Amino acid sequence: MTQVPLLSMQTIGKSFGGLSVLAQVAFELYGGEVHVLAGENGAGKSTLMKILAGVYSDYEGRVLLDGRESRWASPQQAAARGVAMIHQELSLIPELSVVDNIFLGREHCGALGWLKPQRQRQEARQRLNQLDLDLDLNHPAGEYPLAIQQLIEIAKALAAQARILIMDEPTSALNEPEIQRLFAIIRSLRQQGCGIVFITHKLEEMYQIGDRLTVLRDGRVAAAGRCSDLPPAALLRALVGRDLNQQFPARRFHPGPLRLQVENLSLTDPTNPGRRLLDRVSFGAHSGEILGLAGLQGCGASELLQALFGVYGLAPTGQVRLDGQPLRPYSPRHALAQGMAFLSNDRQAHGLISGLSVVHNITLSALGFYSPGLWLRPRQEWAAALSSAEKLRIQMRSPCQEVQELSGGNQQKVLLARWLETKPKVLLLDEPTRGVDVGAKHDLYELMNQWTAAGITIMLITSELPELLAMADRIMVLHRGQMAGVYARGQATPELVLRAAMGGS
Amino acid sequence: MNADGHKSAGLSFRLWWTHPGLRALAALLLVVVIGLVFNAEGAFFKWATHRDLLRQVAVFGILACGMTLVIISAGIDLAVGSILGLSAVFFALFSLRWGWSPFLAVPATLLAGALCGAASGGLIARLRLQPFIVTLAMMVFARGLAKWVSGGQKISTAVELADGTYRYGEAPPFIEFLNAKVLADNVAVVTLIFLACGFCCWLLLAKLRWGRYLYAIGGNEEAARLSGVPVGGMKLLAYALSGLFSAVAGICQMAQEIQGDPEAGAGYELSAIAIVVIGGTALMGGRGGIGLTLLGALTIGYLEKILSINAVGEAARLMLTGLIVVSAVIFQHRRK
Repeated sequence: MTQVPLLSMQTIGKSFGGLSVLAQVAFELYGGEVHVLAGENGAGKSTLMKILAGVYSDYEGRVLLDGRESRWASPQQAAARGVAMIHQELSLIPELSVVDNIFLGREHCGALGWLKPQRQRQEARQRLNQLDLDLDLNHPAGEYPLAIQQLIEIAKALAAQARILIMDEPTSALNEPEIQRLFAIIRSLRQQGCGIVFITHKLEEMYQIGDRLTVLRDGRVAAAGRCSDLPPAALLRALVGRDLNQQFPARRFHPGPLRLQVENLSLTDPTNPGRRLLDRVSFGAHSGEILGLAGLQGCGASELLQALFGVYGLAPTGQVRLDGQPLRPYSPRHALAQGMAFLSNDRQAHGLISGLSVVHNITLSALGFYSPGLWLRPRQEWAAALSSAEKLRIQMRSPCQEVQELSGGNQQKVLLARWLETKPKVLLLDEPTRGVDVGAKHDLYELMNQWTAAGITIMLITSELPELLAMADRIMVLHRGQMAGVYARGQATPELVLRAAMGGS
Repeated sequence: MNADGHKSAGLSFRLWWTHPGLRALAALLLVVVIGLVFNAEGAFFKWATHRDLLRQVAVFGILACGMTLVIISAGIDLAVGSILGLSAVFFALFSLRWGWSPFLAVPATLLAGALCGAASGGLIARLRLQPFIVTLAMMVFARGLAKWVSGGQKISTAVELADGTYRYGEAPPFIEFLNAKVLADNVAVVTLIFLACGFCCWLLLAKLRWGRYLYAIGGNEEAARLSGVPVGGMKLLAYALSGLFSAVAGICQMAQEIQGDPEAGAGYELSAIAIVVIGGTALMGGRGGIGLTLLGALTIGYLEKILSINAVGEAARLMLTGLIVVSAVIFQHRRK
């Protein structure tokens, strides 16, 4: 490790319209280290990194690069000085080839802007070798899986001579082997002297990959130091600002009568008739139960929830009974009317309505209730939104704030509030805690406990195994659209679930 | 926290300035100031100028009302000009040639317009086709239908006499009424019809469940579908209403010309879109409102009027209008 830090940010402050987002933040990064930046949604991580990447130039404090003060006027300037950001949403152009993506905006050109493809290919090959990647350079980047695209993005940063790599939740969409591969690459980059800022919500990862750690809370540094000096309990306390005795609240299970009965539910892929998304799935779920669904990517768990919610119309075959009555929803609207509610795993694309305020997002699904005769009743809507905001602890400036301005966890709570307004009998939750910070996750777990205590049946998909084991009363494992096993709480172990998910029995 | 407490708290100048209504108002005021300066020797200060402007903009404004509904649901309706022409022909046919009572002729015309709109809406909703293409097809189809129904001729009260000359008959009283000015000759009837259309749209968008659904569809259609919003039905409604308002505009147009011209309304769809966009309703859908469209209609109306009272030639007028529309949009969409 070098003596002079590669990067030193001192007494950084930033406010938006009088609202202070960062205050007195110090952040140092040495060459050859991985520095984990942690904090809940809205703690100021992104703002700090945007200052570093040159997106914001009007901030208080100083940024020293190699000991010299620098203030970047634009992201281009920051990139020219060796700062590269790998965004959560990848910024590759899917139709362009791998090599064109790597050199986008910095093409090797001769006179008159004539491209030098040979040189580009050579250098691209060299960068990809550095990452142990053997790709077809002329292949469109969008056709590679997400994990590979992420690595192409890293190659792009390396080709731009980046010395500081900012990775914003790079693992959120990767599976376990892909994560390990990414970590191996990060370690080799560290050896080559790069400084890496790693943003993540997952505790295990912080300890697995991080050398040092800075925790932000409410725009201030809540803890900083070597990862080995900060035990998980202290880290959690720094993250949330209060003691979380456990990551998961205690769960009590009092099963009620049988609520949902599914027999031989099958579904063929609408875009590929030869493939079965669901193959004779049968199960039952009780009132007050959390039924966890586990499986690998593409196992059919998401499709199962969507089929129950009428997203596929009348395509699914088989028998579904809700409280003894046959349930055959031809549309989400119809399913909703019967007491089903479905939280999609992509809240930006399939959940939030941009342009509508928080109140209107919350009451959207239950509008029939708030305007029985077509006329809206704004006061009732307000009251309902405020009461669910209180119940779900949604943090907002005002209920008529635009929903896009909320942090991830609060957006998720808004969507849950929308579904609760419909007084559902069955809540279908697909990755409810994705992209949600630790504190809000804990809130969600407690809410799930409350709802099941009130008799709601929850079907829960989550890719975080500890969460599934802690919250689900029973775990149903799917493999290629078929049932691969059902385990009761206490009976399920990570090994059992994983083996069933991978098709072993 | 109460309903009003937060509003005063968060109201800084920056927020105030980003409010779309105030931006639309600022654009309108700017145009009015131009009018005050280039007042054509005082012509701008006469009420008659403003009255005429409000009359002239009414037809475009009525089209823009329907267009607002469609654009808020993230669609577009290119057929409004053609449906206007078709409705003008139908209404002339019913009331001038066949002598129907207005109580029959008006609903029949409105129905025809609404059916045309519903046909576009049905295709868009059910087959999930692009609104641009479907309404483009409807635009061509409705124009053809108007020419077919009218035989390519303008339908008027004219009667050919034995010596080959034409004699114009008297128009029915209802058409005279549509053409009249009321309140001591101060306001044209079509202006009031425009305002009534605007009011209906406001009720729909701000006070009815359906309006909320239109915003939701424009904001995120897939999310709206998953939230139980009847997406198909609402789209059908938006395009049918757009067709209905086009028919209202067609009736007004026919009354002003006292003839049903199958070529009427050609190119009006672009003026209607310009009014909606200048008002500040987002073409992406989900944001905007009818108040903005009213301000947009006034802005365009004043602009045209100021250019015409200053006797600016047509060529210069068109170029200036284009430039001013673009600057207004740049001005409104600049975010900082």
